[in-house]
Amino acid sequence: MKKIFKLTLVLVVIITVSAFTTKTNSTDSGYKIGDVATDFELENIDGNVVSLSDFEDAKGFIVVFTCNTCPYAVAYEDRVQGLNKKYADLGYPVIAIMPNNTTVKPGDNMEAMKTRAKEKGFTFPYLMDAGQDIYPQYGATKTPHVYVLQKEQKGNVVKYIGAIDDNYQDANAVKTKYVEDAVDALLNNKEVKINETKAIGCSIKV
Amino acid sequence: MKHLFLILTFTFFGFGNQYISLLNSNQIKIVDAPYLKQDLKIVDFDGLEQYLAAKDKSKTYVINFWATWCAPCVKELPYFEQLNTTYADKKVEVILVSLDFPKQIESKLKPFLLKNKLKSEVVVLNDVDANTWIPKVDKNWSGAIPATLIYNTQKTVFYEQSFDYIALETELKQFLKQ
Repeated sequence: MKKIFKLTLVLVVIITVSAFTTKTNSTDSGYKIGDVATDFELENIDGNVVSLSDFEDAKGFIVVFTCNTCPYAVAYEDRVQGLNKKYADLGYPVIAIMPNNTTVKPGDNMEAMKTRAKEKGFTFPYLMDAGQDIYPQYGATKTPHVYVLQKEQKGNVVKYIGAIDDNYQDANAVKTKYVEDAVDALLNNKEVKINETKAIGCSIKV
Repeated sequence: MKHLFLILTFTFFGFGNQYISLLNSNQIKIVDAPYLKQDLKIVDFDGLEQYLAAKDKSKTYVINFWATWCAPCVKELPYFEQLNTTYADKKVEVILVSLDFPKQIESKLKPFLLKNKLKSEVVVLNDVDANTWIPKVDKNWSGAIPATLIYNTQKTVFYEQSFDYIALETELKQFLKQ
């Protein structure tokens, strides 16, 4: 009898909870795993315009939406640099894109981007999404926000979306290097096991 | 040369005194401001979960995720404070979950709390494994802040967005109707 009562209680709870399921106001737009990512023509810190199609020999890309002013993005600068050093030669260069509105965040304007890139010795393109129309197509909501793309016949296919690794505070305490694991899998013609992760970041300034 | 030495000594001495008096005035404030005491709560996600499960079943909770380094978060904090004060007698409680980096708690967060005299409860969430806990707050949260969760025993709504006071109050009222 007690058991039936307990079961009924559980059932009631489940029904109540599902009747008021969490609604969300966040946007669900943007790429999912398997989608073809758009190419772009964005200005680099050296004044040149960069497109994914410029990289004829690339097997794919590590596209990182990042900026100068977000502490999370800053915490990952050296690790982004490390990704490019490790994977550019293997066919997966880093392409960094700064998505913020620079009127809201002057610290992310082209001059500031140039200065930061010089200070840190960025070896990858650091592009500005000046029209702010590329990041919404990808569905980036924050900095840093990573998309690993693999070049296929139909285009650059999204294989991984999310965080760089699982410890923003301490690079030495990282347990899982999500982006490295994803790119390593692609390089070995394997499925990316963890293809979507979440991390805290600064909302992109519109 | 001797004069220079004397001037330097006086300068340092002067600054020293000023520093001490500054410290003193801060210490006086410490007594008034709850968050300069050592009781700022720092929790991992397990510790935060008690705030996400209605402690008081009759209350509506407004949980705001923020950080001192997040400009839009700081901008909307006064609205959450205002909400907390205005609706205190209507069983509404605002909890401000700070995602400030642990190494900046003393240097940035505590001075900020002191300066702005926040009255809502502030909890620091220090849990690096965001990929595990973010979906537990809401499955659709991308991880961008500001973000806010409003809930009571009747319903839960998550907002990955900024608020002004009117928008925030409008949302809250949806919870107080029943």
